[in-house]
Amino acid sequence: MINGNKSAVRNGKVAVGAILLFWGVITILPFLWMFLSSFKSNAEISQATQNFLPNHWTFDNYKRLFVDSNFGVYLKNTLIITLFSFLGMLLNAMAGYGFAKFKFKGRGPLFILVLATMMIPGQVTMIPVYLILNEMHLTNTLAGIILPGLVGAFAIFLFRQFMSNISNSIIEAARLDGASEWYIFWHIIIPISKPVLAVQGILTFIGGWNAFLWPLIIANDQKYYTLSVGLQLLQGQHTSDYGLQMAGSSFMVIPIVIIFIIFQKYILQGFNVQAEK
Amino acid sequence: MAKTLRDKLVPYTFVLPALLLLALFSLIPIFIALIISFTGLDITGLGDWSQIKFIGLQNYTQLFHDSAFLQSILNTGYYVVIGVPLVILLSLTVAILINFGQNRFFRFMRLVFYTPSITNTVAVAVVWTYMYNPSMGLLNNLFGKIGMGPFPWLSDPATAKISLIILAVWKAIGLNMLIFLAALQGIPESLYEAAELDGAGWWQQTRHITLPSLSFSIFFVTVTTLIGWFQFFDEPFVMTKGGPLNSTNSVALFVYQNGFQNSNFGYAAAGSFIMFAAIILATLVQFKLQKKQQGL
Repeated sequence: MINGNKSAVRNGKVAVGAILLFWGVITILPFLWMFLSSFKSNAEISQATQNFLPNHWTFDNYKRLFVDSNFGVYLKNTLIITLFSFLGMLLNAMAGYGFAKFKFKGRGPLFILVLATMMIPGQVTMIPVYLILNEMHLTNTLAGIILPGLVGAFAIFLFRQFMSNISNSIIEAARLDGASEWYIFWHIIIPISKPVLAVQGILTFIGGWNAFLWPLIIANDQKYYTLSVGLQLLQGQHTSDYGLQMAGSSFMVIPIVIIFIIFQKYILQGFNVQAEK
Repeated sequence: MAKTLRDKLVPYTFVLPALLLLALFSLIPIFIALIISFTGLDITGLGDWSQIKFIGLQNYTQLFHDSAFLQSILNTGYYVVIGVPLVILLSLTVAILINFGQNRFFRFMRLVFYTPSITNTVAVAVVWTYMYNPSMGLLNNLFGKIGMGPFPWLSDPATAKISLIILAVWKAIGLNMLIFLAALQGIPESLYEAAELDGAGWWQQTRHITLPSLSFSIFFVTVTTLIGWFQFFDEPFVMTKGGPLNSTNSVALFVYQNGFQNSNFGYAAAGSFIMFAAIILATLVQFKLQKKQQGL
């Protein structure tokens, strides 16, 4: 009887596994198709029936990304933007610490104001932010692309949540020893906050690497394009050059997937929204 | 120990840089947007502020006579009504399936389903445009092998919306699956053991233990997904530019086209406020429903 039950559970697991496997293959199929097609020549791609694997592997599409198209420039801009978004992460961490560990006038209302910005859709602020940047003469500059997305309410919220749980006695002890507030922040709070910094760091990298809307709006000049905007331009200019498009897409997708696989442990644990009891 | 003025100012040095940026790029813009939505601001007004005219509610009344805008509202409604339930249902299903096992295979599948969520929307939209290609695309090739199709995917007004939804759902499952999975793993094992002793089957356990325990996560995912679909932009922008025949144009894309392609900033701002109002309304309805459910 007990044995029968056990094997029923095992059979159930195998059936569930089979469904997941099938569904998973469908989920991953677009990426496989993208990656393999990026090594096909255009002659092969335009054939009526194609094999899944390239008949003749070629790196030509990748070469053309950098020679015919400006992917080198786009990559440089994207990396600069990503680098600065880490500065933004630091500002978020500072604000999170300020809200978590200091009592000051206006703390409650200010924090609610921060949270309120999460509800504002990007499309509403898109036009006025463009006008503000235009007044500051920052349209068509990298600074104009970087500034609007530098800080974010959700990140501030997560930093505050984490830092609220840091014991006050550590901070008090450091103060008694005469440490300045900034020394405490850099040498005590930041090292303790490694777990949340890891999650935020990865999300910051992904966000910077994928930046699309602001670069699209602010950059008129190709020399300020990011990879996303450049890829979108590439699609418009080489409508049926699918080999080149798939190489461009792979170039954007693969680094993120690699980073994700390396750091998955940190990312996957950051999603508990249900309140702890 | 009396605090000096210096001590009192220290907290502000931590929060102020972020607050100033949020004020400049999130809060103040709301008011600017509201003001310009009552003006005819366009490219000439941008260079010379004296050219900006207040036109009252004209932008708003004109919007409701603009067939392109009305079409974009209908399309967005379609995206929301089909997309939101689909995302919740499928991500919850995947989460429950993955929660069946704890071994390496199930952990690996978690990774597989999450991957579309972190990858760049433009890149995947480019990939799916290729897959949707009527003659060279992967999908029609595969369907052709089992004697179906060819389907017009993006080129026919009737199917284009659905094609975009398929891509967006594929991309949305991963993140929401993780949220559900975290909640599922928080349900105490003892509840299931007690139900097992009472002779409850798998479906009964799912209905009476799993789903009620997930109510907050379902609420959270519903609200965030709803807001996301209301702002549906990247996919139609990259894949169809709103076509064919405006059939995939969303309100968000309409705002972008009017603001940044036609430079009708006032008109676009008015459109964005109508979208904002719809989002707030839908979110409030969700909160009401959630409260009612908890009251029962």
